[in-house]
Amino acid sequence: MKGATIIFYLLATLTLVCGVLSVTTRQIFRAAIYLLFSLIGIAGLYFWMDYQFIAAVQIVVYVGGIVVLIIFSIFLTQQAGEKLPKQRIDRKIFSALAVFCAFALTMLQLYQHTFYETADEPVPATVANIGNRMLSVKEGGYALPFEVVSILLLAALIGCIVIAMRDKTMNIEQGTLNKEVEKGK
Amino acid sequence: MEPGLYQLLFISAALFFIGVYGFFTRRNLITMLMSVELVLNSVNLNFIAFNKYLWPGRMDGLFFTIFVIAIAAAEAAVAIAIIINLYRSHQSIDVENAEELKY
Repeated sequence: MKGATIIFYLLATLTLVCGVLSVTTRQIFRAAIYLLFSLIGIAGLYFWMDYQFIAAVQIVVYVGGIVVLIIFSIFLTQQAGEKLPKQRIDRKIFSALAVFCAFALTMLQLYQHTFYETADEPVPATVANIGNRMLSVKEGGYALPFEVVSILLLAALIGCIVIAMRDKTMNIEQGTLNKEVEKGK
Repeated sequence: MEPGLYQLLFISAALFFIGVYGFFTRRNLITMLMSVELVLNSVNLNFIAFNKYLWPGRMDGLFFTIFVIAIAAAEAAVAIAIIINLYRSHQSIDVENAEELKY
């Protein structure tokens, strides 16, 4: 067995085991940490496939961004040391059964299907190649989706602030409440 | 067994259905969001695997992955803003308690 093969199976095991633990553990903080390791395993698989740029983006955006955001929201909304309530056992059994059947069906279809490779010359996924394609306006370039995504990110940014912002009336009520409390003292 | 396209597709399918299982069984909004992240990651893995093994001459799968990651980040941010707002008005982020759409 070659070293690359061993590393591949180690990364696959890490990803899948941490994924399963992340959806089954009853402590929400642990679920977030297992999700973190699962995402790191996927980044490792990207490294294994020689897509360094995607692996770096995965680590920066998912591991450094989304998981930290999730952990912050857990701190804001969850009491410390509190476990999630137990799920009904019939719901668990039916979900597991449905998921297993769908997985078996997918794998059956997959192994009966033969994929054909194209005989094109491989293009190395270097940062220079990616950048040239990303900002090219010629055929096969991705300048338009790039701009659309940048608008989407701006909209999401403003939308998040508007949604999570406290109401002005709420603030005023809070303020008067605080003053009353101070007067009472 | 030498790892190739089929092994990667197996991992990706397994991760997808782990995410779906979590989405079915969890009743807490944050853990449901985590399950959705697992599903999105499995799709990304699929795109990259197909790009590497079937269409190495083009980089379309790679660009799809980049855009999916960007949109997933925006989605997670908006979802967490909604969750925090819901917690403020209901003192709970359990989907069973969030019955009305407008408070």
